[in-house]
Formats: sequence, C-alpha cells, structure tokens
Amino acid sequence: MTFPWLTILGLVPLVGGLLLFLPMREASKWLGMFFALLTLGFGIGVAVMYTGGADLSVQVPWIRPLGAYWALGLDGMGLAMVMLTVILTPIVLLVEWRSSGLAGRWSSQAFFALVLILEGLSVFVFTANDVLLFYLFFEATLIPMYFLIVGYGGPKAGRAALKFLLFSLAGGLIMLASVIGVFVVSASAGRPTYLLSELAAVPLGGDVGRWLMLGFLIAFIVKAPMVPVHTWLPDAAEQATPGSATLLVGVLDKIGTFGMIKFCIGLFPEASRWVAPAMVVLALVSIVWGALAAIGSKNMMRLVSYTSVSHFGFMVLGIYAFTTTSLSGSMFYMLNHGFSTAALFLAVGYLVSRRGTADIDAFGGIQKVAPVAAGMLMVAALSSLSLPGMATFPSEFMVMSGAFGRYPVIAGLSTLGMVLSAVYALRLYRRPMTGPVNQEAAAPFEGRDLNVVERFAMVPIIGALLLFGFYPQPAVKLVEPTAQAVMQRVQLADPAPAVEGVK
Amino acid sequence: MTSLLPLYQITVPTLEFRQLAPVLLLFGAACVGVLVDALMLGRSRRFRSEVQMGLVLGSIVAALVYTVYNWRVSGGGELVAMGALMLDGPTYLMWSLLLFFGLLAVMLFKEEKLGGGANAFASSAAAIPGSVDEAEADRYRLEQTEIFPLTLFSLTGMMVFVAANDLLTLFVALEVFSLPLYLMCGMARRRRLLSQEAALKYFLLGAFSSAFFLFGVALLYGYAGAFDLRAIDAAVSNPVYGRGLLYAGLAMLGMGLLFKIGIVPFANWIPDVYMGAPTPLTGLMAICTKLAAFGATMRVFFVALGGEAWTWQPIFAVLSLLTMVVGSVMALTQHDVKRMLAYSSIAHAGFILTAITGANQNVPGGQPTAVSSAMFYLAAYGLATVGAFAVVTLVRNAAGEENDMAGWSGLAAKNPWVAGAMALFLLSMAGIPLTGGFMGKWMVFSSAWFGGYWWLVVAGVLTSLVAAFIYLRLIVTMFGQAPARTTFVGDASYWTWIPIIVGALGTVVLGVAPDLVLGPATMLGSFLR
Repeated sequence: MTFPWLTILGLVPLVGGLLLFLPMREASKWLGMFFALLTLGFGIGVAVMYTGGADLSVQVPWIRPLGAYWALGLDGMGLAMVMLTVILTPIVLLVEWRSSGLAGRWSSQAFFALVLILEGLSVFVFTANDVLLFYLFFEATLIPMYFLIVGYGGPKAGRAALKFLLFSLAGGLIMLASVIGVFVVSASAGRPTYLLSELAAVPLGGDVGRWLMLGFLIAFIVKAPMVPVHTWLPDAAEQATPGSATLLVGVLDKIGTFGMIKFCIGLFPEASRWVAPAMVVLALVSIVWGALAAIGSKNMMRLVSYTSVSHFGFMVLGIYAFTTTSLSGSMFYMLNHGFSTAALFLAVGYLVSRRGTADIDAFGGIQKVAPVAAGMLMVAALSSLSLPGMATFPSEFMVMSGAFGRYPVIAGLSTLGMVLSAVYALRLYRRPMTGPVNQEAAAPFEGRDLNVVERFAMVPIIGALLLFGFYPQPAVKLVEPTAQAVMQRVQLADPAPAVEGVK
Repeated sequence: MTSLLPLYQITVPTLEFRQLAPVLLLFGAACVGVLVDALMLGRSRRFRSEVQMGLVLGSIVAALVYTVYNWRVSGGGELVAMGALMLDGPTYLMWSLLLFFGLLAVMLFKEEKLGGGANAFASSAAAIPGSVDEAEADRYRLEQTEIFPLTLFSLTGMMVFVAANDLLTLFVALEVFSLPLYLMCGMARRRRLLSQEAALKYFLLGAFSSAFFLFGVALLYGYAGAFDLRAIDAAVSNPVYGRGLLYAGLAMLGMGLLFKIGIVPFANWIPDVYMGAPTPLTGLMAICTKLAAFGATMRVFFVALGGEAWTWQPIFAVLSLLTMVVGSVMALTQHDVKRMLAYSSIAHAGFILTAITGANQNVPGGQPTAVSSAMFYLAAYGLATVGAFAVVTLVRNAAGEENDMAGWSGLAAKNPWVAGAMALFLLSMAGIPLTGGFMGKWMVFSSAWFGGYWWLVVAGVLTSLVAAFIYLRLIVTMFGQAPARTTFVGDASYWTWIPIIVGALGTVVLGVAPDLVLGPATMLGSFLR
C-alpha cells in the first residue's frame, strides 16, 4: 500500500470544517479558504499522479464482521467528479464571502465549515470502492446540505430543506434495504463482502438481482432528480443561497448519475440491461418535462434548477443507451454540467444579491446599467443551451449521437430538449436584461456592476467551459476507459454503423 | 455427626463467588445503602446522598471491571449457582452494557445544580402533593436518598434476569427489577400527580403482565416437567404429549416478556410512564429495562423455544411490523418531547424485534448474530437515549423542565452545543449514517433478512422514514425557528454533562468505527445451550 493520498484528500476539508467550529473571529474565513485551496492543491496532485499511472487505491479492513473495507480508488469518472468538487468549493466560498452572515442567518464561519465538511464527504462518495462506505457517505452528505439550506436560505428554507431531506432519505432508505440484501447474498455465497471488486464475482443476477438493483436505482433517480421525483429540487434551489445551490445541483446531484454507472450497472449488469428501455423513456420524459417547466418558471433560481432536471435527463439517456460514445458523453456532461450550472446559479445570484428577489418580472433592461453582469448571464445561458464552443455542446452531442445508434426514435425526440433549451435560456436573458430600463429594478445596479471578486470567481468556470468546448479531448480521454469498462460489464457491443466511414 | 442425621442433610449450595461477584457487589452495595439511610441521622444526614452516590458509582464500576475480568478469565460458557444462572457470551455482553448504561443514567439522579440544589426526585415521596408536609420537606431540603439503593436493587434484578437459566429465577428477577422501578416512577419532584398516576398505571399493568408470565411458566412446566431452559428445549425437540400446553405457555410467557419490552399491543403503558416518571429515571428505564427485557426474551425464545421457531417467528414478524408502524405514527402526533421519545422508543423496540424474528444464531462467514445485532442496536440506542434525556433535563422554564416542543424552538440560538448534541442524538435515532444508530439499523435488518424476512426489512426501512421525520421535525424546531421566550438552558453540573458527552462521543464512535464494539459483540453473540 502506498501513501493514502485519497484519504488525505477527503480528510483535509473535513478536518478544516471541524476546526472551523472552534470559536475564532475574523480568521475563520481565511482559514476556510486556506483549507479549500489546500484541498484543491491535493486534488491537482492526485490528478497528476492518476494520469501518470499511479495506483492510488487504498484498502483497509474497516468492519470485519460485515466484510466492509475502507476502500478508496479512482477511475476516470471518479477523478472528474473529484476535480469538479475541489474546484467548485473555493469558488463557492469566494462568492459567499460577503453574502453569508447577513442578518437572520447563521454565521459565515459555520457556512464555511459546512461547505468544507460537505466537500470532504463528497470526495469520499466519489472515491468509495466499497458499497457500505459509499452508502455511509452518500447519506452523510445530506446533513451539511440540510443545514446549509436551513441556516442560510430564504423565508421558506425550513420547509424546502425538510422536503429535500425527506425525498433523499426515502430514496436512501430504500437503497439501504438493497445494501443489506447485497450483504446477505454475498454472505450466502460464502464470505460476506462489500468490496466492489469482490462483489463482481458474486452472482447478483435473476429476480433477486433485479429487485436489489431497483432499490439502488430509486435512490439515484431521486438524487439525480428525474421526473416524477424531481419536485424537491426547485424548492431547495429556490430557498438556498446561490453557493449552496451550486454545490447541491453541481456536485451532490451528480451522485445520482455517478451511482447509476458505478453501482447499478457495476453490480447488476444483467438487471441494468433489463431496466434500460424504461430508463431511456424516463430520461426522455425528464428532458422534455424539465425544459417545459423551466420555460414556465417565474423565478430564476427555479428556472435554473428545472434546466438541470432536463440536463440530467440527457445524462441518464446517455448512460442507459449503452454505447461507448453516449456513456463517455454522459460522464463528460456530468463534469460540464457542474460548471455550467455553477455559472448560471452564480450569475443569477449576483442579480439576486442586488435586487433582493429572483423574480424574473422584477428585472428589466439591466444590461444597460450593468453590462458585465449581463454578459456573465449571457455566457451562462448559452452554455445551458449547449451552444457550440461551450463544453456542454460536445457532451450533449455525444450523448445524442451515441444514443441514436440504439434508440433512434428516442434520441430523435430528445432533440426537442435542445430546441426548448433555446427558449428557456433566451427567456432567462431577455426579460431581465433587455427592453426598456425598469427604473426600480435598475436602481440597485446603478454603479454596482460586478466587482473584482465576483468577476474573478467566474473566470475559472467560464474558462473551463470554453476550454472543454474547443478542446474536449483531455476530459473525454479521461472518462473513456470508464465507459469501456461499463460496456464490458454489461456485455454489449456498440451498434454497428449502417454506413462505414472512409477509411 | 453426619451419619446421625442422614434425613436432615442439606446440600450446601456451591456458589461461584468469583463469577457471581458483579451481581453480589451491586446487591451488597444496595444493602449497605439501606443501612446508610437508616443510620446516617442528625447532622450526618446532609452527606447521605454523597455517600450513596459513592456506593453506587463504586459498586457499578467494580462490577463492570469484574465482569470484563471474568470474561477474560473464563471466556464464557458455564453454569453457576447450581444451574440458576448461565454465564455465556451474551450474559457478559449484556452485563457490561447494563452496568455501563446504569452508570450513565444514575449520574443524572445526582444532578442538583440544575434545580437550584434539589434533584429531580420528590423531597418526600410520602407527602401528599400540595400539602403542608410537602412544603415543609422542601423547606428543610429533605431528600429521598432511597433512590440510590433502589436503583442498585433494580440493576441487580436486571443482571440476574438476563442470565437466568430457569424460568423461576427469571420470574424472581423480573419482580426484583420491576418493583423498585414502580416505586421510583411516582417520585417526580414536579408534576407529582402525573408522576403518581404513572406509577400506579405501571404497577397495575406490570402486575397483570407478571401474572401472565407466571401462568406461562406454570404451563410450560406442565409441558416439560422442568423449569430449566435446556430441559424445555429437550422436551420441545422430543415431544411426549400434545403441544397445547406448550403453545399456551409460550403465548403467556411471551406476553409477559413483550410487555416489559413494550411491544404493541402491550406497549400502552410506555408513553404515560415515560412522561410521568422523573426524567433521569425515564432515561434508566428507556435503556436498561429494554435491554434486560430483550436479553431475557432472546434467551427464552432462542434457548428454550428455539425448536418452535417456525411457530413464533411469523407472530414476532407481525408484532414487530405493528410496533414499528404504531410507534412511529403515534410519535408523529406528539407535542411533548418526553412523550415523543417514549413513542419513538416503542418504534425502536419494533426495529430490534425484527432481529429476533430473523433468529439467526450461527451464521456462515462469522457475521453478527441476532443477539449481537440486537445488542449493538441497544448500545447505539442507549447512548443516544441517555444523552437525549439528559438534554431534556437541561431545557427548562421557570417552573422546571420544558417538555413542550414549542418551547424548544430556536434552542440552537441559545446554546448551539446543547442543540447540536441533541441533533446528534436524534440523527442517531433516525439512523443517519456516521452515527451508531445507522449501524444498529443495518445490523438488525440484515439479521432479519438472514432469517428470510426480507419483506420485514422493506417495511422496516419504510417506517424508518416515518420515524426519521419525527426527529427531523424536532431538529427543525431547534434550528430553524425563532427562539422561544420563556425557555432557557439550565446551568448543570458534571453529573449531567458527563452522560451527554459520553453519549455524543459514543454515538460518533459507534458510527465511524463500529468494529470496536462489533468485534467483541460478534464474538459473544451466541447463547450456550
């Protein structure tokens, strides 16, 4: 066993977060930022080591009677998610530097602490190679997120947070039954184990496998929010601060699609093939429903969260179409969507922090007063509608072109989502930004365009979106091995093309 | 001489003093405690409670050390006291847990700083509420220091109860541990009428269930011709007569035992008693009584009636389902924190009963047995419960404890540490990961699944959601609402803080590194037959 880099990577923000609960005054924010940047540094180090071919996996017995291990490891998808987490966290802290700690809210010190704890738990979620370990952190992430919504949210934050928690817990508890079932099956097959690598050899097929898989899948469907169990997300995002909403949608919801790939398909390939047609249809429903709901939203935060429901539909479509292209596209999308949503939530957050409301109708002609803010929102909205040149375009294109090989009708219908995305993205920009200047709305923006910190926070996000938009190769290459492994696991080959290209 | 009196010869019972030392220590200390009350009069009266507390702490710690020592020396598995007690793995496990939680709970008895120099028990339990006598007893700062020996007697009974190897010993132990509890229930300092009502209800229903229990013992004796658990097991395996007596006896005995646990439909006493009793005593009952009753139930049903498992397993399955549902749903409707915790304790009993329903005793691969699962759950639940009731004593208004949930709103703003600890305990009870409660849930459900009751597991996780809502609601109240005006967090001494701190640390440790407890618990998880 080598040096436990991954353990450290998760522990640094956790320890930092717990430290922040100690009483300290002004230093707390700086200390929190220090820990976030330290984690980012470790994350980059881990990424370099991983791409250099180093084996970073850790495996130590944790609960012996249950066959559970402290087992962490990385694959392409895991690394992409870890990087997303460690990059977004310092940005969120930067953006919330001033906005948290307002009257009626808890201290900003506690906000920083909770965000760091959430970051540490997320890192463990994305690296866990043991089913019980994954479940533990999967559920544990709910607690800091819950308090982030309750303590810093809007007037109805308590209800929204409770709804979020109950939906997630319901999914999680159903998954618990399956987690226990996996244990029982593996114990009956000889030795109880929760290690993913060992469970691959345990027979989890047949009816038992299907029921157990459904338990996992339901939890991930709630998490990723897919129609019809998505209703908690708009409420939670509306009430949360932009920073918490970014983490919620950008990072935490990814656990849903991440889990589908790593656990549903990884543990139950046979049952996953069985459920794929249903999931593809459900994905299509999510794509269209989410887009329509976004078009109908009057609140910008709600609108952004509904666009995510639509985008998660694309990811799920790519996963269950079972082609190398669509799977790579999905995982690439998971990464891009994190940045894209972050850009949207933060840009909307800038507007909300000045105007005091996220109501679309409360704005008008802001572009003339605050051109930089308008520009940011424009870029974010374009990224959301997958404009070529933004990272979201290649990923969405990969999903659809890959899915077309297996489900041409559904893939064709999913383009509706792209059309509708143009409607909601432009609506998000047109009403608040263009048109005659609404004096009442514009007053708070007078001379208060984005400040240096706010601009600086957007730089890495938009940079990543543009970088991967024009040069997607590194990210696609990173996740492709995972996609190939999945294809191997489900024992499906890519559909043969009808017309061979010129060789 | 002996030859002259052959007819009157009495066999001197052999008693293994080393093995029995933990029980004898507690019993001895209790007897000394009675003498202390009788002899420390006049000026020395003031020091009574200090002396009593010293006796209690000393004897419990010594008994705990002795239990661990005995387990290391003999490793479990011997009959002592002429076959009356069985010292096997589960006995050592349960004794350790009983003593540990008894120690934590009894600390709350001594808390005097909170109430301005008076503990939670009536200054003179015999005085009529509101009478001149009562006012006088309060004025002279009298104390019922009997609570300490009574607690020790009760703990002694519980220890014998979980180790009893024959039904008669079992019955005697049941009475020994119940009677002091009945008595102490009626000794609350505040809301005395409520407290006395609780005591009366508990006593009447308890006596009734004891009658059932005893009748069941008689019927089983009629069937097997013996009180010894293993003899009954032999009779079950090789039946000579029809099984009518067996089934009737099984049902009656089961009712008596399930009453003590608080399984629906025998759980009606729990809310009233938990609410009326002095809060420190509620903490003791919520964990120690449950633990003892579960221990004895498992011993009786696994050892003596294991051969009839296919008869009682389906019944237990239905009962645990009922208990989980009724406990959770009723807890939803409560506005009193103590009453909510009482109903939730019913739900927890239902969760634990799923493990007994599974009845897996020797499983492949060395994973936890039903006994170790249930005991782990009880340990996690106990840590959270002792801590939670300690917090309940802390949250006060001008008249005493504030048990109304409305008064708890915005507690986090007043004292984030107390609210945080309470949130931790509630999350553990809700079964959120990284707390002991989650691992406990995991264990009892896997135990049930091993027994083939997967549907009970599914029902269990769904009711867990309802149960989780109950606790989350209180967390929302504490963290998300405006502070209530009349409530404050009392200024407590270490006697309250120690259980809270130990409970919080233990809850986290059991959630993060369960191997520390699970390792030994798995090793000690099988009854010796």
